Amino acid sequence: MLCNGRWMLAVTVLAIAGAAGCTGCRKTKVDLFPASGAVAGWEKTGDTRTFAAKDLWQYIDGDAEQYISAGVVSTATSDYKYQGHLEAVADVYTMGDSAGAKKILESGQTKDAKTVQLGDSGVAYAQSVTFRKGPYLVRIVAYESTPDAPQALVALAQGVEAKL
Amino acid sequence: MLSSSGAGLTGMLAQHAEMVKSRVVVARDVALRGTGSQPDEKRVLDLLDKAMAAYTRREKPIEAWRRIVPPELLKDKVIGLKVNGLGGKGISTHAVLVLAICERLQQAGVAAGNIVVWERDARSLEVCGLTVNTDSRRVRCFGNDVAGYEDQQVQCGPVRIRLAKLLTRECAMVINLPILKDHDQAGMTFSMKNMYGAADTPYLLHPNNCNPGVANLNCIKAIREKVTLTIGDAMSSVYQGGPMFRPEHLWYPNTLIVGGDRVAVDHTAWQMLDGKRVEAGLPTLEAAGRRPQYIETAADAMHRLGVNDPQRIRLIEV
Repeated sequence: MLCNGRWMLAVTVLAIAGAAGCTGCRKTKVDLFPASGAVAGWEKTGDTRTFAAKDLWQYIDGDAEQYISAGVVSTATSDYKYQGHLEAVADVYTMGDSAGAKKILESGQTKDAKTVQLGDSGVAYAQSVTFRKGPYLVRIVAYESTPDAPQALVALAQGVEAKL
Repeated sequence: MLSSSGAGLTGMLAQHAEMVKSRVVVARDVALRGTGSQPDEKRVLDLLDKAMAAYTRREKPIEAWRRIVPPELLKDKVIGLKVNGLGGKGISTHAVLVLAICERLQQAGVAAGNIVVWERDARSLEVCGLTVNTDSRRVRCFGNDVAGYEDQQVQCGPVRIRLAKLLTRECAMVINLPILKDHDQAGMTFSMKNMYGAADTPYLLHPNNCNPGVANLNCIKAIREKVTLTIGDAMSSVYQGGPMFRPEHLWYPNTLIVGGDRVAVDHTAWQMLDGKRVEAGLPTLEAAGRRPQYIETAADAMHRLGVNDPQRIRLIEV
């Protein structure tokens, strides 16, 4: 029994050390992103990288402060490609509460934003989709403007929404 | 006679005043992208040549570049090219510009292996469209994640930072290749702000709209003395929502901004960015509460990094 208890303790310590020993960017096992092929035409082209709030500057130096002030807890990001040609990046910001996600979503919107039915609220442009769902704020950005980009981005956003 | 002498003296003084002004070249090519979405390789090289000719007053590219790289550095010293890949793929220093500069540097006599293109890390270089390479038979390209930072911290205003070894040890001279962007904290990021990539903890320099963080950083000897020229990439820009890629605020000025006075370069870029913001119906950076005050600080008596007074800047548009 004692032996089993020690074994359990060792496993727990190792698990915590494994999680804490890697600072900054980390690969995460709880993936918030659809796998390749899960959304028609979309391929996940990179590992999911995760940043704790204190390390967010490593990903978005200069932009991190607005998320931190809105209560970001962690950020996950992954690269995607649509039908082999349209590259995009998807970011999921896990905020402390839904108010933080709302604050970010509502900042910086322009009059040409189109409302989309995603999560609690969402907006789309020709090359990006942003929505919030509970404490999550999701932004998907394409690097090029193509005729199929708006529809493809919304489809990927729906795929992410289903994972939240 | 007296009148003639007076006029001559006045003329000479005016000429001298003109000569001591900081030269900033704004070179544009409205057809830079041809019919595509990416800048055309040949047109970028031509635009670079045009900008460098205007800046150095040397028509031939090789002569122009030999004016930039001093003879004592040309033969066996390392020239660094500091790019910016922070904003991601859509808004990073264009690889086509980097390659054009590498080509001209080699033609001027710099060995390929003595050119190092650098940024914070491999990812930042890759989003620029560059490939990491440490083989000294070719142009090298790697980040601080490979070369590391100095163990010893240096004072930078109220904070202490470690500088990139690429800056302190590897490079004898650095050409700064920032990309023009709106910046949530600083207001605008261009020449001086790009040096944040030489610090291990840039976020420590962000408080108070990066003021005086930017000016303090650029005052550090290695940066002040080695970073002697900015060839600013304003071929693409984001005028709002930066410093990350915000396609809804993307803009194509198709411009290079070149100068040795980093403050004058930033002042010029700020005016350009504000002009676009007003055109797009947005408030100026000052009205938005994000005036890039660090530019003024960099020009003050304590920092003396350059000039921000338009009367002391000779703007050359080509």
